[in-house]
Amino acid sequence: MAAKSQLAPSRSRRYLSQKTGEAIWGYVTIAPWLIGVLLLTIFPMAYSIYLSFFDADFLGTMEFIGLDNYKRLLFEDTTWPIALRNTAFYAFVSVPIGLVLSLLVAVLLNQKVRGLALFRTIFYLPSVVQGVAVAVLWRWLFHPWYGPINGLIQFLGLGAGPDWFGSQDWAMPAIIIMSQWGIGGSMIIFLAGLQDVPQSLYDASSIDGAGTMGRFWHITIPMMTPTLFFSLIMGIIGSWQMFTQSYVMTGGGPNNATLTAVLLLYQRAFQGFHFGLASAMAWILFIIILIFTLLILKSSAAWVYYEGDIRK
Amino acid sequence: MTTTIEQTTEIRKQQVDKGAHGLYLARKAISRGLIYLLLLLGSALYLFPFLWMIQTSLKDLSQVYIWPPVWFPKPLQWINYPEAWEILPWATFYLNTVKLAAIRIVGTVFSCTIAAYGFARLRFPGRDFLFLVLLSTMMLPGQVTMIPLYIWFTKLGWVNTLKPLTIPSFLGSAFFIFLLRQFFMTIPHELDDAAKIDGCGFIRIFASVILPLAVPAIGVVTIFTFTGSWNDFMGPLIYLSGIENYTIAIGLQWFNQSIGAHMPRLMAMGVVALLPQILLFFFTQKRMIQGVTLTGMKQ
Repeated sequence: MAAKSQLAPSRSRRYLSQKTGEAIWGYVTIAPWLIGVLLLTIFPMAYSIYLSFFDADFLGTMEFIGLDNYKRLLFEDTTWPIALRNTAFYAFVSVPIGLVLSLLVAVLLNQKVRGLALFRTIFYLPSVVQGVAVAVLWRWLFHPWYGPINGLIQFLGLGAGPDWFGSQDWAMPAIIIMSQWGIGGSMIIFLAGLQDVPQSLYDASSIDGAGTMGRFWHITIPMMTPTLFFSLIMGIIGSWQMFTQSYVMTGGGPNNATLTAVLLLYQRAFQGFHFGLASAMAWILFIIILIFTLLILKSSAAWVYYEGDIRK
Repeated sequence: MTTTIEQTTEIRKQQVDKGAHGLYLARKAISRGLIYLLLLLGSALYLFPFLWMIQTSLKDLSQVYIWPPVWFPKPLQWINYPEAWEILPWATFYLNTVKLAAIRIVGTVFSCTIAAYGFARLRFPGRDFLFLVLLSTMMLPGQVTMIPLYIWFTKLGWVNTLKPLTIPSFLGSAFFIFLLRQFFMTIPHELDDAAKIDGCGFIRIFASVILPLAVPAIGVVTIFTFTGSWNDFMGPLIYLSGIENYTIAIGLQWFNQSIGAHMPRLMAMGVVALLPQILLFFFTQKRMIQGVTLTGMKQ
C-alpha cells in the first residue's frame, strides 16, 4: 500500500480512476452478501425486537404489551428457566469434555503413530454425520435393556445401567455422551495446531532436561491456547443452540429434563404461534450467548498465548 | 525432525550408564504400547455405533429385543431395506434432499467466492467495517432472525416450497466468505500485480488468477455446504409441510415416530440416509480436513 501511494503523484489521474474502479468492483463483489445481510439479518433483527414487545400470533393480531414478554420470561414463566438451565448444563459440560477429549486424541495421533490416516478417519467420520439419523441411532444404543451401552456397563460389573432417556437425571448426560462422538472437527484443528508447534522448542527444552509432561504443559499447551480459544468460543455458541438431539430423541422430556432453550422457542413459535414471546426468548438467548462469548474473549488475555504478531 | 530430538536424547542416554539406557528403552516401549492401546480402544468405541447400526439393519425383528445380542445375524435380512423403502416415498425425499443441496451449493459458491475476493483483494471505503459486520453476524444465533423470516416468507407464499431454504444461499454466508477470504489471503499479491501489469482488469484477475488457485477452497465450501444441507433439520422442519417436499431428515424423523419400534427397518433407513455423506467423506476426506484446518487456525 505504501509503495502504491508513492507512485501515485506521478500518474495520479490514472491511479485515481483505478482506485475508483477498484472500489466499485469491491462493492459489486460484496453486493449479494450486503443485500443478504440487510434482508436476512439486520431487518429481521429489527423486526424481531419490535415483535418482542407485542403479543403477536400467527393470525396477525398484534397487541403492544411493552416489556411484558420479557417480564413474563424472567419472572413468571416456570418452563423457560428450566430450558435455560438445561442448555447451560449441556453447554458447560459437553464443550469442556469435548475439548479435553479431542486434544487428547490429537496428542496421541501426533506421536508419529503408524496408521495415522486410518485413526484420523475413524475419529473424524462421526462428526460429519450429525443429524436425525445419528440421534435415532444413539437412542437405540442407549436402550435400557437391549442397548449395547448398558450391556457394556453390566459387562464391566457396574450393575444395571440407568434408564437413560426414561430418567430425568440421565437423559441429558446421555445426550452429552452422544455429543462426544462428534469431536472430530476440533480434533482435526488441534492436530493441525500440534503439527505447527516448532520442533525447535521441543528440542531446546529437551536439551534443558524437560520431561514428557514438562514439555506438554510448558510448550504444547501454551502453543495450543489460540486454537483452544477458538474451539471454545465456537463450541459454546453452537451448544447453546442445541435443538435436533432433544427434538428427535426425547421431545424435551422426560419431565422437561432435556428441554433446551431453542426447543422451547421452537415450540412457542411454531406450535403455539406466540411469535412475540418467542422473539423475546430469541433475544434473551442471544444476550446470554453474547455475554459468555465476551467473558471468554476478556479472559483470553490471561490464558491465550499469541506468538509474535497477529497475522494480517 | 524426530531424529534430532531422538539423537540428542540418545547421545545423552549413551553417556549415562548402560542400565539407565535399558530402562529408558523399556519406558519408551511401554509408552508406545500405551498410545496404541488407547488409540485402538478409542477407535473401537468410535466405530462401534456404525457397526451396531448396520448390524441391526440386517436382523430379523425377533433378533432385536433380546439380550445378549445376536452379534452376527444369520441369515442377513437384506429384505429390511426394500421393505422399509416401500413404507414411505423415500425416493422423493432423496430427490428433494439432493435438489436442495445442489441449489444451495451453486448459490453459496457463487455469492461467497466473489464476496471473499472483494474482502481479500479489493480496497474500498468501509471494507474493514463491513468485514467486522460479517464476522459479528457469525456469532448471531439463527433464532433471532428465524421468526421474522418465517412471517415474511409466509407472506411471500414461499412456505412449503424450497425457496426459503435455497434463495438465502445466493445472498452469501458469513462463515464461508470468511473461510474463502482466509484462503485468498494466502495467495501471493505478486500474482495479481503481474496480471495488472499485463493489463488485466479485476474480473480477469479474479477469473484467471484467483479462481484457478481457489479450486481446493471452493471444493471445501462445496463439501461443507453439502453436509450442512444434508444434515439440516430445523430449516426443512419449519418450512416444509407437504410430504411431497420432505427431505431425508424430515422423512426419517417421521419414520422414527411412526414405526420407531421396528428397529431393523429404522436402522436400514438410517444407513440409507447416512450413505451419501459417508461416501462423500471417503472421497473428499483430505479436502475436508484442509477446510476444517483453514477455519480453525486463524484468529
